[in-house]
Amino acid sequence: MNRFEYARPATLAEAVAAGAVPGAAYLAGGTNLMDLMKGGVMHPGHLVDISRLPGLDRIEWLSDGGVRIGALVRNADLAHETKFARQFPAVAEALLSGASAQLRNAATVGGNLLQRTRCAYFYDTASACNKRNPGAGCDAVGGENRLHAILGWSEHCIATNPSDFCVPLTALDAVVELQGPAGRRAIPLETFHLLPGSTPERETMMQQGELITAVCLPAEAARFAGNARYLKIRERTSYAFAVVSAAAALRLDGETIVEARIALGGVALKPWRPRTAEAMLAGARPDPAVFNRAAETALAGAKASGDNAFKIELARRIVVRALALAAAGTPERVPALPASPFAGAITHA
Amino acid sequence: MGLSITLTINGARRAITLDDPRVTLLDLLRERLDLTGTKKGCDRGQCGACTVLLDGRRVNSCLALALSHDGADIVTIEGVAPGGQLHPVQAAFIAHDGFQCGFCTPGQIMSAIGMIREGQNWGSGAGDDPERVREAMSGNLCRCGAYVGITEAVLDAQRAIAEASRRDAA
Amino acid sequence: MPEIALSQAPAHIRMGSSIGQSLTRREGVLKTTGTARFAADNHPPGMVYAVLAVSSIARGRVTSLDVAAAKAHSGVIEVMTPANTPRLAQDPDAKLHPFMFRIEVLQNDTVRYVNQPIAVVVAETLEAATEGALLLAPAYETEPARTGLDSNDSFIPQAVGAGGPAEETHGDVDAGLAAASARIEAVYETPAQYHNAMEPHSVVAAWDGNTLSLDMPTQAMAMTQGRIAGLFGIAPEDIHIRSPFLGGGFGSKALGSGPQVLGIIAARLVGRPVKLVLRREQMFGPVGHRAPTRQTMRLGTDDQGALTALSHHVKTATSTFDDFIEPAANASHALYASPAIKTSHEAVRLDTGTPLFMRAPGEAPGSAALESAIDEMALACGMDPLAFRLKNYAEVEPMSGKPFSSKALRQCYEQGAERFGWAARPLAPRQMRDDAGMLVGWGMGTAVFPALMFQGHARAVLRQDGTGVVEIGAHDMGQGAWTALAQIAADALGLDPDQTEFRSGTSDLPDAGIAGGSAHTATAGAAIHDAGGDVIAKLADLATGDQRSPLFGANNAGVIARGGRLYRRDDEARSESYTDILTRAGHAEIEGRGTGASDPAALSAYAMYAHGAVFAEVKVDPDFGQVRVTRLVGAFAAGTVVNPRMVRSQYYGGMIWGVSFALHEHAVMDKRTGRPMNPNLAEYHVPVNADVPNIEAILVEERDVHVNALGIKGVGEIGITGTAGAIANAVWHATGVRVRRFPITLDQLIGA
Repeated sequence: MNRFEYARPATLAEAVAAGAVPGAAYLAGGTNLMDLMKGGVMHPGHLVDISRLPGLDRIEWLSDGGVRIGALVRNADLAHETKFARQFPAVAEALLSGASAQLRNAATVGGNLLQRTRCAYFYDTASACNKRNPGAGCDAVGGENRLHAILGWSEHCIATNPSDFCVPLTALDAVVELQGPAGRRAIPLETFHLLPGSTPERETMMQQGELITAVCLPAEAARFAGNARYLKIRERTSYAFAVVSAAAALRLDGETIVEARIALGGVALKPWRPRTAEAMLAGARPDPAVFNRAAETALAGAKASGDNAFKIELARRIVVRALALAAAGTPERVPALPASPFAGAITHA
Repeated sequence: MGLSITLTINGARRAITLDDPRVTLLDLLRERLDLTGTKKGCDRGQCGACTVLLDGRRVNSCLALALSHDGADIVTIEGVAPGGQLHPVQAAFIAHDGFQCGFCTPGQIMSAIGMIREGQNWGSGAGDDPERVREAMSGNLCRCGAYVGITEAVLDAQRAIAEASRRDAA
Repeated sequence: MPEIALSQAPAHIRMGSSIGQSLTRREGVLKTTGTARFAADNHPPGMVYAVLAVSSIARGRVTSLDVAAAKAHSGVIEVMTPANTPRLAQDPDAKLHPFMFRIEVLQNDTVRYVNQPIAVVVAETLEAATEGALLLAPAYETEPARTGLDSNDSFIPQAVGAGGPAEETHGDVDAGLAAASARIEAVYETPAQYHNAMEPHSVVAAWDGNTLSLDMPTQAMAMTQGRIAGLFGIAPEDIHIRSPFLGGGFGSKALGSGPQVLGIIAARLVGRPVKLVLRREQMFGPVGHRAPTRQTMRLGTDDQGALTALSHHVKTATSTFDDFIEPAANASHALYASPAIKTSHEAVRLDTGTPLFMRAPGEAPGSAALESAIDEMALACGMDPLAFRLKNYAEVEPMSGKPFSSKALRQCYEQGAERFGWAARPLAPRQMRDDAGMLVGWGMGTAVFPALMFQGHARAVLRQDGTGVVEIGAHDMGQGAWTALAQIAADALGLDPDQTEFRSGTSDLPDAGIAGGSAHTATAGAAIHDAGGDVIAKLADLATGDQRSPLFGANNAGVIARGGRLYRRDDEARSESYTDILTRAGHAEIEGRGTGASDPAALSAYAMYAHGAVFAEVKVDPDFGQVRVTRLVGAFAAGTVVNPRMVRSQYYGGMIWGVSFALHEHAVMDKRTGRPMNPNLAEYHVPVNADVPNIEAILVEERDVHVNALGIKGVGEIGITGTAGAIANAVWHATGVRVRRFPITLDQLIGA
């Protein structure tokens, strides 16, 4: 780990000023940043410790029924907040399927949005990576890329976003609140992360010095509470990143889908929201044939970026299953194995 | 450069001056405070051997920058059995052979203690469901494969703790 | 506890009740309170930190290192490169015996694999040393990496494993296959795997003149001591190694690794004690691994389902500069009766670190292929897999014709199958689902592991106060040596455990041999037993030759040593305490010495193996191919069970390694560079707690009077064998898809 200047500003304004210095990075839970610094992947000259900024560790219920989650709320605290878990069960399930209990106790909401890809070539500093070193090339292309992107990738970068949390948040129209040198702004999470294009080093809409202060879920998101699930395929029962994952949420009126939300994880450099597929479901009956058509549509643009064609079929199937699970209803309690296919009954096509 | 922090470690307040901002909580404990019970298995938050309680919560101390936790309350494996009386989790690990080489064991035990506490705090813990215990303990790798004993030990210790607190309440 | 004869004086026997007891671990309190001191927990005064810089290329040489940048980093004391590393007394590439492996210790600038040490940075703090190593920014002259089993010409190795022949033949395999009424041929692949003990390789080294003090985990203290002595040109007895606890070894800590030697060199260079601990990613190179294999199985049966031929050919890999050949085909030597068996190996040379013994070397991948192939053959015969295995049960060792020293495999099959409920298994695949709709499959495998012994020595002392001491430089890497050997020690002296002091874990004690090959308890145990016999015989001589003793003249009848007293065998009313005997004789203490080793006569007369049967239930998601092993039952027979609690834990651990082998472990290598791309515990998956919801181990009774005086076989490795195959077979039974490339990943099952 490189030497750095350490500062712990007392106020948000001071933090924003300190973070605006080139080479500065914000430290909150540290679960990703410390890991990257130890690997020599990141070497910020200034660490701006925001972990104690006042007011950012609260879950606020808004008068319109929405919720504003402070950026410093710990992943575990959010997942276990009773009202939150009841209103946004897919989000709680996604949180509890991520990493380990220890990491969830440390990791923050804001940090989760900014966690960087697990692409091995990004982590391996001897490899070419356009994210680490713009213009260097991408050694993942033509390399060991069984788990890489199938949607939205470019020849400059085929990495994926590893977050579980962001997947249901994207499906539920979450909005990210930022504070920066130019003031406050809010960005829909769906557009917060950037696809790689020719500038994979640009990962989000944030500017230097900007800081996530909160993530908000609108009141409408809670209307899906009765039919919302997160499902995650892994190569180990727990403590593993997703091969692919999906959040599905339905608003049902009797036997009719009023509104559907879908997002996919592990398939692209951002949580993938297939809006056309969602639209197809509105007004339809929640049955396997309909879910299959929606899944086909959701993956219509998918393309293997290497030895990962199987992920396209896997992603298609997980959409079908996640929709079926959502239609069957949210369980009373987050399952013992959150988001696992082994969590409980599969209402199988 | 002197960077001063205060930590309460296993109940004792300690003023600590660091010559380097990079020191993690794990390396502080192991290399500067001679509290070597906490182990380093991966140094990257991927194995759980370095688990300690930080303000009552189990975390990977390898990913915690010491400076960032000025004022915190830390409990390590050395602080679990003050006065030589084994904590119920420690006793249960011995009884159920919940370890072999013993290297991951301090982390497993701290994780188990943290897990039991989470159940009390959040009211939605693993309870006596072994599947939930296994999931909740999955952040602690054991290469020897002592998981059977670990799960039995955690369930057993949890029962013992609940019973003791019922007795105390009565 | 059966009576055990003394080897020196057959008339005497000892009776104790420690062997067989399910004691908890004697070091349990230390390990659960954080007070068990592992090597890296030591911190002698003045100690500094050494951190390795390792190569990112697989082949070539280092052309430059930015030593100035590292040295300029505050706290850095020294940068050790080939330019300033002291020359050693012995070429580290010398190979005087097969257990001596070539190591890279900065004697030149050559790079022969990824993650090879290329420099060492020594600093006052760990933080400074770590960053100093990153600042070296090496430049290389790179040659193309030779990677993958297809990459270049293969050769027939001179020896495989610890020195066995590359090819062995019994009968005529081609004729057997030609005559068969059913045949299968299948190719199985297994990946490179890394030991990944939870404790990284470490050393704390302190020189005092030409004597050397070392805290380091090692599975073979005496060999390690000899290796280091040779490299530094000092006497082995001038090296004191403390290795009371190993945080797992699994074969990777057997012989003293290059990085540990570098820590010792660094300590000499800077003149201060040095601690060097590998970073996790640095464990994917210089400390061994299990080589990948490609295994071709050819089996034939007659119309009754009896094997007519079994051919097992293995293609594997070793490094470009040293030889360790994973002896995978040898797994087919001893398990199934066949009139014709052929096993053979070929290897290619790759730009990797040298492969090494890794828990069940050869047996683990070999068993995975063999047990899968046996399942495929049973299917081809339309037979139940258990019935097929019983049909081909080996009553004698198939290739040699030797009788088994003992073999309770039938009982293992019976008890395991009964407990598991195997009889209810439908023959055809894809017949079972659970309530949730998951595909359910049942599979089995046979476990086998040779009952080996190395040579070990022990010292036993009886003291006038009635207590005893047993000393042996044994190694506890989790298998329970501190407990099991102490139990043997108590019985060896005819004392209660609390009267017996057991000293172990340092190199100044008698050489216990290697903790490997599942042979340590047998070897060290036999040595302890022998040493106890020696000292008891001396004690008996004192008593029976003394007119004042109630035992006078009993030498022909013999004595029984029990509970701190000697009794006449033919008249137990006559006895005397150890204390009285020694007091009268005027001895403060008496000493015995003993050796444990295989009996050559027994070895030539008998085939010696532990056996077992493993039954697995898996659930497979029908759409996603995600697999979970929901139930494992293993029944094992391995002679005397010294401590059931610890033996059961060994079986559990081995079976979990089997789960790992079947479903998880896999070093992902970039074929272009030879670089491991998952050198971490987040992506190099080993099972987590949630992966193993339900495991049972049945200890099947077995008495073996030939393997050694105590009847002990090994239990540390057998659990892997059988298990990986059982899981693969269960996955097939669940899905109808036969995956022949390990680990079984969901992409290979999609569409199932």
